Formats: sequence, C-alpha cells, structure tokens
Amino acid sequence: MVQDVTLSNEEIRRYSRHLIMPEVGMEGQRRLKQGRALLIGTGGLGSPLALYLAAAGVGHIGLVDFDVVDESNLQRQIVHGTSTVGMPKIESAKRRLQDLNPHIDISVYEAQVTSDNALELMRPYDIIVDGTDNFPTRYLTNDAAVLLGKPNVYGSIFRFEGQATVFYPKEGGPCYRCLYPEPPPPGLVPSCAEGGVLGVLPGVIGTIQATEVIKLLTGIGEPLIGRLMLYDALGMRFRELKLRRNPECPICGEQPTITELIDYDAFCGILPDEVNVLESQYEITPRELAALLDHTDRPFLLDVRNSYEADIATIPGTDRLIPVDQLVNYMNQLDSAREMVVYCRSGVRSANAVNMLKGAGFRKVKNLVGGVLRWSDDIDPSMPKY
Amino acid sequence: MATITIPTALRQYSAGQSQVELEAGTVGALLRGLVETYPDLGRHLFNEQGKLRNFVNVYVGDEDIRYLEGEATELQSSDTVSIIPAIAGGKS
Repeated sequence: MVQDVTLSNEEIRRYSRHLIMPEVGMEGQRRLKQGRALLIGTGGLGSPLALYLAAAGVGHIGLVDFDVVDESNLQRQIVHGTSTVGMPKIESAKRRLQDLNPHIDISVYEAQVTSDNALELMRPYDIIVDGTDNFPTRYLTNDAAVLLGKPNVYGSIFRFEGQATVFYPKEGGPCYRCLYPEPPPPGLVPSCAEGGVLGVLPGVIGTIQATEVIKLLTGIGEPLIGRLMLYDALGMRFRELKLRRNPECPICGEQPTITELIDYDAFCGILPDEVNVLESQYEITPRELAALLDHTDRPFLLDVRNSYEADIATIPGTDRLIPVDQLVNYMNQLDSAREMVVYCRSGVRSANAVNMLKGAGFRKVKNLVGGVLRWSDDIDPSMPKY
Repeated sequence: MATITIPTALRQYSAGQSQVELEAGTVGALLRGLVETYPDLGRHLFNEQGKLRNFVNVYVGDEDIRYLEGEATELQSSDTVSIIPAIAGGKS
C-alpha cells in the first residue's frame, strides 16, 4: 500500500533531512505520509505533538478538543498564539499547522471525547495519542484504543514531572489499566489548573510522544511498549520502569469483563451536579462581603489557598491563611462563635472547607462564591486573576 | 538504609522532601516507617483497609512490587524504592 503513496519534488525537498537517513528514507517518509494519528487534546502535550508530527510529514492528523485558547495557555501551549486567544483550539492549531506544512491533511473535531463518539472518532486512525488532562478521558481513551486494537501513545505531566509510554496490548504490551487499575478519587490528585505545571515540561513529554508516533508509523527503532519513561525536570533525570501486562486486566486481560465503553465519570467517582452543593445560607457573594468588611463587627476572613497563591493576590482584610488540606489540623484554633467567610481562587476548595467546618460544628461560616476570580470581576478589577 | 523517592504530587505531604532514607527490611515496613514520619502521606498511600491504593504503584529498582512479593518484598540497603502515583495533566 505504501507504494501507492508518492512524494512530490516539493515534498522531497522539504523532507530531505529525513530522506538521507537510511532508517527513514523514501520508504519511511511514504509511511509517514500515509500515516494517520489522532491527537486527543490540543493543549500542553498536544501542542508539541501536533507541531512535530505536522513538520515530520504525518499525512493525516486529527485534532479533538472543545476548548478555546486562553491567555494562560500560552506559557506552554506553543501551537497557539496571542493572535488566536479566544479562538477554538482546534482552529487555532489547524491554522498554525497548515502554515507549517501545507502538504498534510488536518481534520478537526470540536468535541469532547465521550463513550458515544470515541470509537467512531478513533476508528479511521492508526495511532491514538493521549494528551488529555483528566482521569475519565484517560480511561476512556485507553479502553477505546484497546477495543479497536490500536496503539495509545500516552503522556502525562504534573508540575515538574512527566510520564510517557506506549500502550499496545495487541502487540503484547500492557494498557493503562494494567498500570493503574483504578483512578484516584476526585480531589485527591490536583490537576494542572490547580497544581500548576512548568511550561517546558509538556514540551519534553509531548516530544517523546511524537517520537514514538513517528517510530510506530515508520516501523523503526524500539517502541516504548512495556516501559514507563519518567522525567524529573528539577533533578534533570530520566528513569525507566518495567510495565507488565496484567493477566487479570479487566479490558486487555485473559478474561476481559469490559467489552464496551462504560460511564467514565461514574467510574472515576464524579457524580453529576455533586460539586459541593451548599445551602444558600452558607454562601456569600463578593458584593455582600465587600459591604460587610467595612463594619467593625466584620466576619473573620479565612483564605484556604496555598501561601504562594496569596503572594499573587489576596483579598484585603484576610485574617488567616490555612491551606484546605491542612484545615483539619488547625480547626480548633478557629472561633466558631464568630461569623466567618472562607475563600479560595474560584470557590471550589473553599466550598470543601465550609463543608468540613460545618461537619465540625461551625454554623456561622460562609463560602465566598467565585472566590478571588469573582472578587476581581465584581469588586477590584486591579486584582490579578491567575 | 533503603532510599525512597517521593513524587512531586506527594511532596506537599512529606515536608517537601523528595528522598527519604529509612532502615527497613521489607517494602511494607519501609512505607509504614515513611507514614510514621509523615502522617499526612498515609491517606494518599493506603486505603481505609490499610491496603496500598490502586492508583499508587511502588517500584523496587525498575520492578513493580505487584510482580515481586508485594509489600513483603525484601529490601537490600542499596535498593531505591519509588512511589509512582497516577497523574493526569496534559491538556488544560
């Protein structure tokens, strides 16, 4: 089939640094041109992936994302730019990739990958590349790739550390469920939005993923199957761990119990509309709080973020900072008889904190709805949002 | 003394330490010694039944203890034990 694909003189000039290596050559470059890779996510990992795969001449690249480009993405999502802020990420990326390489086809899907569309989205592609940011989508991507018998080129990052591997049960390798049979409960492991990420980190991990895609498509080298590559940016160390296929794996094991896609939010413990519903007497808006702070009997103002977040922006009059995960240790130092308002960046952690305090018998405690972000919108636009 | 490495995601519960050296004969004893030093790590490593959580893998050298003797895996003083939790970041 590769013989059917030809390279134009223009393409030969463009890819000459590939063509003069015997390991790639005309044959390898034709394979790349014929190759089809689906990138789930066009963010931190998806950016370098898309750029290098497009530059390398992977002939058919699919992009799935439903997000729009935000200013805070540009610290690491190098496929996007200041001029495309506010644009759907898939459009922004497509524009950049077409400029980089007009010889390739780019298909875009402005959608969230779900159990309903995953198989259909992935079926036309040779390789699935996981550049997502949450556990439900990672398990969904894994399961769909296993069911379709396709390799899943995996990468994941957190702060200064990354992991990469290729899951390919059809070729005898393990899958994501062999590595981690179950996800952590929601809230236990922070996301990048909450935990932060070094901007260059997804560049390193995404580039490892791109390397593996190119190796799989051309059939050269030793694929990262059955090995977990770990990268520690601060220590500047790479380590490799053995990954084994679990014979009892529920999807790629000897007797699979998962034979079709399931409800991944439920599997990951995410319940619909369960986001810390608080009765209205336990909530306060920034406007209501601002009015109260001028009074002498104003409420006690508790910040449950981390100290490095307080360095970025703090509501004036904050009485105390106790990070939410340490609150349980310091609760006895708080006065339950006094009115108290609890805040964080967006109001999610502080809602958790209010629930904890309620559970400990605090009754005069309120959550600042929308947190620092809404305080900036409603009360003090000079306060930076992060 | 075996060395245990703490991943970034859990360092906030180990007073920022990335490596801890402990005297222990088995992986289980090492982990429990670690939790004694840093009690906040406990709920991140073990479930309510005291079993290692399913999204936390422990390696001795480059081998997963699930394919050795689990928590009973014996340690040599030169061994490095790694805690590798599931992380999900990448897109947003």
